[in-house]
Amino acid sequence: MTREELKLIVLDALAGIAPEIAAAEIDPHRPLRDQFDLDSMDFLNFAIVLHKKLGVSIPETDYARLATLDQCIEYLSRTESA
Amino acid sequence: MAEFVMPALGADTEAGTLVAWLRQPGEAVARGEVIAEIDTDKGVIEVECFTSGVVERLLIEPGQKAPVGAVMAIIREESAAPPAPSAPPAQPAPVRVRISPVAKKLAEESGLALDALRGTGPGGRITQEDVERALAERAAPPTDRHARMRQAIAAAMTRSKRETPHYYLNATIDMHSATVWLAAENAKRSVEDRLLAGVLLIKAVAQALRELPEFNAVWEKEQLVRREAVHVGMAISLRGGGLIAPALRDADRQSLDELMRNFQDLVRRARSGGLRSSELSDATITITSLGDQGVDAVFGIIHPPQTALVGFGRIAERPWIVDGLVVPRPLVTASLSADHRATDGHQGARFLAAIDRLLQRPEEL
Repeated sequence: MTREELKLIVLDALAGIAPEIAAAEIDPHRPLRDQFDLDSMDFLNFAIVLHKKLGVSIPETDYARLATLDQCIEYLSRTESA
Repeated sequence: MAEFVMPALGADTEAGTLVAWLRQPGEAVARGEVIAEIDTDKGVIEVECFTSGVVERLLIEPGQKAPVGAVMAIIREESAAPPAPSAPPAQPAPVRVRISPVAKKLAEESGLALDALRGTGPGGRITQEDVERALAERAAPPTDRHARMRQAIAAAMTRSKRETPHYYLNATIDMHSATVWLAAENAKRSVEDRLLAGVLLIKAVAQALRELPEFNAVWEKEQLVRREAVHVGMAISLRGGGLIAPALRDADRQSLDELMRNFQDLVRRARSGGLRSSELSDATITITSLGDQGVDAVFGIIHPPQTALVGFGRIAERPWIVDGLVVPRPLVTASLSADHRATDGHQGARFLAAIDRLLQRPEEL
């Protein structure tokens, strides 16, 4: 899967949690949590959607490596190819 | 018996939404006293009672919209002559609602009170269209709803701060055992079945209420009335502003897994619609957690008629002394806002201590 395809999946997953994200300009380097006011339950739901769509089971200890949009794509492209 | 009806609030106002009843069944109300707060396009209006007596029945619940002239409550008038000894005892006249079976089913499923519906069918019969119109009115446009919600929060919080003498306590709780147990548990689980630390906090509060039941209560008729069931109101922030605190019902009887699923479901419905009227009316205590926003502690305002609110800040690694050594430990500040009419600080301290103790044995929660 290309990085562009992964990006679309990540954006789609985020938009399902916070609808305003769909129309928003995302800063790829700024933490999603404070950019879109996500709480722990939002982030868990985000991980659940990624699991369903990509089959990746992100351990809790890796959550910190998915803070920004760029980091999400980087992480997912590595786990995908692994 | 007198009917308390939705008053005409100016020619351009057709309906109002009840924000709060300031009198409950059995309570006396005097002519000219404020009996209800009603949200209209003019803001929240304090509505005075036109007669003196005792509230017999309330026919609509906070959040329900009623057209001008709709019967909202039944008042037993003070001046009503006692029945003659030979006469049969006066029974409150049952309010008979004419409604089609389809409309009745729809209204009941949607949590609409039949008494507040206006019938346009033959003989004032409530039709399916009447119910659908009422449902459409309830689903007001978002901006409008935000403004109305703000007004409702303002009314409830102003009333609480005006009438409830709050006292505040806080305690630092070592979350080492809880977070270690949770991390190990979640590592074994698939993503869908993971638990949030917040669920341990909810369960600890619910269990602590069994030991200190005076905090699972409401303040009614100038006294503490304990509630048997533990319905924990969860303060849930809404995207774009606003707050709602629906109840996780029977939280003390649920396993952590059940609580997690029901909490997820409650948050989803609070944010996208579908809350039940019972969830909005029968919480017996409230929990607010602002840890995700990074604050250390929160001292909330009690949601009337409840008598207590427990707040949690962020679970953060800080220096802590264990066996004489300074070690890093995940700590959380738990706070209690409680009604001093109902309880004292001594009981409040025991309540926080019980929450602390229960969190040290997460496997037993």
